[in-house]
Order: sequence, then C-alpha cells, then structure tokens
Amino acid sequence: MATVELRFSALPEHVRTARLVAAAVARRAGVDEAVLDEVRLAVGEACTRAVGLHLSNGVDAPVRVALTEEEKKFSIEVGDESPTSTGHAPGSHPDVDDEGESEDEMGLAVISGLVDDVEVTTSETGGVIRMSWPASPQSLVP
Amino acid sequence: MDLSLSTRTVGDRTVVEVGGEIDVYTAPKLREQLVELVNDGSYHLVVDMEGVDFLDSTGLGVLVGGLKRVRAHEGSLRLVCNQERILKIFRITGLTKVFPIHTSVEDAVAATD
Repeated sequence: MATVELRFSALPEHVRTARLVAAAVARRAGVDEAVLDEVRLAVGEACTRAVGLHLSNGVDAPVRVALTEEEKKFSIEVGDESPTSTGHAPGSHPDVDDEGESEDEMGLAVISGLVDDVEVTTSETGGVIRMSWPASPQSLVP
Repeated sequence: MDLSLSTRTVGDRTVVEVGGEIDVYTAPKLREQLVELVNDGSYHLVVDMEGVDFLDSTGLGVLVGGLKRVRAHEGSLRLVCNQERILKIFRITGLTKVFPIHTSVEDAVAATD
C-alpha cells in the first residue's frame, strides 16, 4: 500500500500541489536533500503529461499519484486514464500545435534524463509512469 | 508561488525579468508576454531567469517558442541564469546548444554574436 496517495482533477493548477506533496513525503522517506529537486521536477513532469493527456482526450477522471516508502527506496507512480498514452489518435489533438507536442516529448526526455530507475507503461485503460530513488530512512525525531 | 514578470528596455534589447515558478499552470503567462513583445516589434529579448525557483518542460517549450518567433524576425533570445538546478534542465534536454546562456544581464545585453 502506498504511503500517501493523491488524486487530483486533471487541471494545470493542481500539478504544483502534487510536486509539493511528493517532495515532502520523499524528504520524510529519507531521500537525499540534493535529490529532492529532481523528485519535484520528475513528478511535476509526469503529472503535467497526465493532465495534458486527460484534457486533450476529454477524460474526466482524476490523475493518480502514489508515493511509497519502501525499505531502501522511495517510489512514485503517476497514473493517467487516457486510453492512448503513446502516440496520438488521429484528430485527438485538435487544439494542440507543434509546441504542445514537443513539450510532451520534452517532458519524457526530462524524466528519463533525471531518473535512473523509470518505467513508462501504457494500456487501453491508461498509462503509468513509475520512478524510484534510493532512500535511507533515518530514525526521525518525532 | 506564482509567476512574476516585468520588462524593461536596455538599448535595443528588451529584458524580461521572470520570477517564481514556470510550470504547466504559469507558462501560458510567459508565452503571452513573449508573443506580445514580438508582436509589438521587440525582436531582441533577454530573459532574466535569476529569480526563477522552478522550471519544467512546459517552460522550456515556451522559451523555444519565443526563440522561434524572434528568429522569424532575425532577432535573438538570450537567457541569464546562474542557478545550477535550472541550468541542469537545459543540459538534460540539449537546449544549452540552442540558447545563449549568460551569467549577467549586462553580459547578455552587450552580446552581439
């Protein structure tokens, strides 16, 4: 079970909230301070991509973020419910110009450049981006 | 934190000072600002990113879009940035080869190449 789970309406204004929550949980899980910026950026990119997919495909469902503290790692799953996470169905992006398309690709490029352990899966019911970072939980003072 | 934008003219350059977070929510404001400047005839832009706390790929996309617009008028778009965490994003995406990145506004304004 995830340590913290988040569901938010697929709107750009909520991506920042997801970044802040992810960074806070990652810090508590013992992710190195120097890496927290990367966690923040990577989860932001993954959520931005999910929000974009939901908006452009007219999906009403929320975006899911699961933050899980494990023994020696901290993992994040960002799930969308957009049926065509890879490639774009013809005519599915009527309002998106070239810039929008390249931003989506750039988002994945940033994630793969930042995170060593990353996996992107897609299916008919949606896609998931799984990322993890090493963590060494300290005995935290309550 | 929201996005703050202010512009000033230095010689034939227009300096856009950006502060706060540039992400999927705030990037459209930066895009509007750059489009407006180009539409008003400012083709030599210096984007000062020293006050930026967060930048993601949406922000990068807006900067690339701005560069395309000024280049259509034989203009330029230079960045000012000394923050390692922001520079890293430009390096990961290979955009350090696309944007001239300067250490100070004075330096960017003086550059002519």
